[in-house]
Amino acid sequence: MEKYVITLCDGTTCIQKKSREIRTALEAEIQKAGIADRVAIHLSGCLGMCAKGPIVIVNPGYSMYGNVTINDVPEIVQEHLIKGRPIARLTIDEDHLYNRFFRVFGDADFFGKQMRITLRNCGIIDPENIDDYLALRGYEALAKVLTDMTPQKVVETVKKSGLRGRGGAGFPTGVKWELTAKEPGPEKYVICNADEGDPGAFMDRSAIEGDPHTVIEGMIIGGFAIGSNKGIIYIRAEYPLAIKRLEKALADARKNGMLGDKILGSDFSFDIEIRLGAGAFVCGEETALIHSIEGARGMPRPRPPFPAQSGLFNKPTLINNVETWANIPVIILDGADWFSSIGTATSKGTKVFALAGKIKNTGLVEVPMGTTLREIVFNVGGGIPNGKKFKAVQTGGPSGGCLPEKYLETQIDYESLAAAGSIMGSGGMIVIDEDSCMVNMARFFLEFTQDESCGRCTPCREGTKRMLEILTRISEGQGQPGDIEKLERLGNMIKKSSLCGLGQSAPNPVLSTIKNFREEYEEHIHQHKCRAGVCTSLLTFEILDSCVGCGACKKVCPSEAISGKRKEKHAIDPQKCIHCGQCFMACKFGAIRKG
Amino acid sequence: MIDIQPEKLGELRQFITQFQGKPYFESNLIAVLHKAQALFGYLPREAMDTIAEAMNIPTAHIWGVATFYHYFNLKPIGKFVISVCLGTACYVKGAQEVLDTLRNELHIKVGETTPDMLFTLQEARCLGACGIAPVIMINDKIYGELNSKKVVDLINQMRKSAAKG
Ligand SMILES: Cc1cc2nc3c(=O)[nH]c(=O)nc-3n(C[C@H](O)[C@H](O)[C@H](O)COP(=O)(O)O)c2cc1C
Repeated sequence: MEKYVITLCDGTTCIQKKSREIRTALEAEIQKAGIADRVAIHLSGCLGMCAKGPIVIVNPGYSMYGNVTINDVPEIVQEHLIKGRPIARLTIDEDHLYNRFFRVFGDADFFGKQMRITLRNCGIIDPENIDDYLALRGYEALAKVLTDMTPQKVVETVKKSGLRGRGGAGFPTGVKWELTAKEPGPEKYVICNADEGDPGAFMDRSAIEGDPHTVIEGMIIGGFAIGSNKGIIYIRAEYPLAIKRLEKALADARKNGMLGDKILGSDFSFDIEIRLGAGAFVCGEETALIHSIEGARGMPRPRPPFPAQSGLFNKPTLINNVETWANIPVIILDGADWFSSIGTATSKGTKVFALAGKIKNTGLVEVPMGTTLREIVFNVGGGIPNGKKFKAVQTGGPSGGCLPEKYLETQIDYESLAAAGSIMGSGGMIVIDEDSCMVNMARFFLEFTQDESCGRCTPCREGTKRMLEILTRISEGQGQPGDIEKLERLGNMIKKSSLCGLGQSAPNPVLSTIKNFREEYEEHIHQHKCRAGVCTSLLTFEILDSCVGCGACKKVCPSEAISGKRKEKHAIDPQKCIHCGQCFMACKFGAIRKG
Repeated sequence: MIDIQPEKLGELRQFITQFQGKPYFESNLIAVLHKAQALFGYLPREAMDTIAEAMNIPTAHIWGVATFYHYFNLKPIGKFVISVCLGTACYVKGAQEVLDTLRNELHIKVGETTPDMLFTLQEARCLGACGIAPVIMINDKIYGELNSKKVVDLINQMRKSAAKG
């Protein structure tokens, strides 16, 4: 049997409104029912909701009851504590779902600027217990859709909410649903894209691990809206915990009648299957993903036709990202108007970001659209550690760009980020400080996309390879005049002529760093200098007069380039030096200069 | 070569039967390949042939799919994957000698795995541990300041630990 903790507000107003009498009545009623061993009563200080007092909170599930009278006590005990059914009549419901987060974690700085819609249950519920999800109004949106709404009405609601795809491209979700709904059935598919492949991005993984039912509920509603009976979650094989939680959640949902034939007693039937990826970044692209589910090589194909018309098994297919799906139940319950009141003119709701790099609070954050980059980096993210200077913020991973300081006031929305020269992307956000080299950064991303290029179209397969060669030689001090222009020409050509989004966006990290940090490229090429001291082939090492002759550098030098007597100043032979930087790290006296 | 146990091929066939008769039967190929790799640790030719027969898909097509995805190993991988760093610092400090010793000791070339399935030998770009060059990485652990004798000792240690289970 479920154990409960009841919290009674013991503030002055509530006491005046007879909270103490309620407590006595509760204790008596609980004794009478013989459940005293599994119910504990706590008192709390003033909750600040005096107008609604007396307040009674029942946990787990955080049911907050207001204006409770002694007459309500038997019902609370019988219905909620014995039958496990929270009492809707007494529930204070004016707050929105997302607010629940703050009750658990408080309004700490890190959370203060956040707004948790899709992550609302993450960290709060037990993701492997469907009852936890149900207690937080889980599957209520589904019930509402099945009993009170037509498919058209659902599509209308999603359209009106202004929700746009969170997988990167930002296509209006409602429009996509409408297009798929219009196509002839009955065989249609609903897909959840959980292939999350950007290096450094883990939003979708955390969302599924923390609250798998939200995604499932969103997909069932999507199936109802477009007239599909079959959903597929395509998830990376590298996410075993997320897969396990999804399997458990799907089984529990089936047991509880949320999946399968005649869901919740309606005429609507729907089930979901998991399909595993096998480690190919390009499979995140929707047409490649569909090929992969069909059991083939995951190569993209030209669009149109779009999946909405001809997708999985050539049938109309609705494909959305994990985070997009997680927004759906909230939009249904709290309404399109409420949802579209959050964010900017063109981008509604919130966005989850995976903060990484040179930032104090690395982790997942969910902020309303319209939050500025500065707020994310310096408030939510806590700024740059070790007193270092901010240099740039990279969004959109290998498809995105680097934005320098002057863009920090940019608001997070699809259009503003694009105008600044980057993209929203799926939510990777890497903060770069003065110790990072922009040429090296661009090279890192291009190396990734080059490796992941599927090889189907020439511009991407060959073009990225040539760009990588040029970048590599620049970072090794072999850059030639004209290389920057060559990179720009190649990059723009690849963007225009590649088959899919991978090639169309692969040059972005290079082009945006050239645009915003051209002088660093020029220094590498003309002066053989890397100001961040990252491109080791360009570095020279010199021992300064402050050397005490301890010999630490000499010991670690792998090429025996350092000489000197004990207790005397040492010296580096530039001929033998291989620029590995070990001496610099070994010196405890700061007596080695690199530059 | 290691034996391909017939029971395991049987188990693979058994696994495939659950999809039989369902619509879009062939679409389960990747799930079947995952199963085969779970059974064998990689995708042996025999497994691909079994799949081809049971699913009525040409082996060539299966091969095409298997090679597309990074997750699938086409050759067996040893219990210990040894990567020899051939970065500049290690090279200067005798990485070649280390590599030669490993080749002689294990009787395999780079990219191969020992018949007892204990060791796979690979080359690596700079592992960033130049200060203790020359280095090798075994699975995720770095070993540095190596010479022929130390390498042989390491290999013997690994063999011993494997024998103990
Ligand atoms: C190379 C490439 C990789 C992609 N990877 C992902 C991914 O990992 N997850 C995702 O949801 N969308 C990814 N997409 C976007 C999908 O093609 C598609 O737009 C998205 O799944 C649609 O869902 P949404 O409208 O909800 O964003 C990728 C696109 C490209 C071109």
